[in-house]
Amino acid sequence: GRGREEKKVEEEEEEEEGWHGLYPGHIPTSPLQKALLAAGSAVMALYDPYRHDMVAVLGETTGCLALPNLRDKMKHHPEGYRILQERPRIRLSTLDMSRLRGLPDGSLGREYVRFLEDNKVSPDTRMPPKFVDDEELAYVIQRYREVHDLMHTLLSMPTNMLGEVVVKWFEAVQTGLPMCVLGAAFGPVRLSARKLQVLATELVPWAIRSGLNASCVLNIYYEQRWEQPVESLREELGIFPPP
Amino acid sequence: VYQVFESVAKKYDVMNDSMTLGIHRIWKDILIHKMNPSPGTLLLDVAGGTGDIAFRFINYVRSARERQLQRKLKHHQNLSWQQIFESYQKDKCNSLGDSQVVVCDINREMLKVGKQKAQHLGYSEGLSWVLGNAEELPFDDDKFDVYTIAFGIRNVTRIDLALQEAYRVLKPGGRFLCLEFSHVSNPVLSRLYDLYSFQVIPVLGEVIAGDWKSYQYLVESIRRFPPQEELKEMIEDAGFFKVDYENLNFGIVAIHSGFKL
Repeated sequence: GRGREEKKVEEEEEEEEGWHGLYPGHIPTSPLQKALLAAGSAVMALYDPYRHDMVAVLGETTGCLALPNLRDKMKHHPEGYRILQERPRIRLSTLDMSRLRGLPDGSLGREYVRFLEDNKVSPDTRMPPKFVDDEELAYVIQRYREVHDLMHTLLSMPTNMLGEVVVKWFEAVQTGLPMCVLGAAFGPVRLSARKLQVLATELVPWAIRSGLNASCVLNIYYEQRWEQPVESLREELGIFPPP
Repeated sequence: VYQVFESVAKKYDVMNDSMTLGIHRIWKDILIHKMNPSPGTLLLDVAGGTGDIAFRFINYVRSARERQLQRKLKHHQNLSWQQIFESYQKDKCNSLGDSQVVVCDINREMLKVGKQKAQHLGYSEGLSWVLGNAEELPFDDDKFDVYTIAFGIRNVTRIDLALQEAYRVLKPGGRFLCLEFSHVSNPVLSRLYDLYSFQVIPVLGEVIAGDWKSYQYLVESIRRFPPQEELKEMIEDAGFFKVDYENLNFGIVAIHSGFKL
């Protein structure tokens, strides 16, 4: 159970001890290597959608404009600034699952845990960054990945292909990360006609509107807001109620 | 090194094709042609993992055997039909002419992939798979006609021990053959080769196998490996005679050969 997960995280951190870059797991790369990685990971991610590591690599190698932008947005916001200072991580070992489960229905914590259990996902499966050449930006992209499940919760979207695409559209508008834009554009390729229709007529316009209207989602210290009702947080951020 | 190959085993063949643009197949073909095995040869392929050398060996002796049988048939002009039929039956069951190849590898995962490939491609006769360490082979002295190690010796910690073991298990008259990455002396080509190795190969490793670090290691281990002349001397030190090498592709790869007398 949780004991085993904790041990696994500890083991991973021990492995990362022998690192040579700016942060554990950092692999310094030349501009040529980054370009080749970006192209290769894009092709591979399309060819084999189960290669989530390729999506991650694509995000890291193409985020050179969007990531500093996000970091600055965080720096200039009091809550975002605190997140950059304190560097919270969302992991099973740091979350008190039983406490969150005990929170009232409709609260962020309760709905987040419900989302994780319904879709059988865990926050520990997020890839640590490798190819970002700035230690703070590496944290920003890590935070973006760990907050992704919370995006699902706030948007009430499941982890099937349709739900993921909707969240990608929202994230694309919010972060400007080329990886999100590509994912949003190419994700629908594998959907059925009926789903595409729902996507195009209802879900995507709503996701875009919400993304544009909402303030930066990385500026919320989610770990301090587990008790806050999801609806209240949506209102605060500026996310329109889901269709 | 062991863990590198554990993670590498399943994608090994795909990576080889991508990294060398398929040219590794030609290198291996050249190795077998140089060996020119006749039917009845007993081959030990060390670090043979996924079976590339073993399969080529079997193909080669099989066609050599076929030619042998055809020549035999031509000489049977004066025999009765019954006699020809009986001799044909006997030989048909022996399509490899008693040739055998033992594939030895230190890594269980690589052997597993090799066995699966053999089954998939239809190789069954004359093939065996043994788990073993090149520095301490689980075989008796003077057993094999040919010893090969293709793209494996650079991963051995004590190359001198591996060479000594090779000498030990070969029969007198036996041949040692080593196919390995080596040094490019041409400066222009060397720069291009370095560029490709360090810039492209780890990227290929990350994209195809999700493993940058193993392929970075691979490229670095190639650079650390002794160049042609030095390897030749090491082989001579192990007791081999008539040691020679042949550069392929300007030294990107070299085949070293030696005999136990």
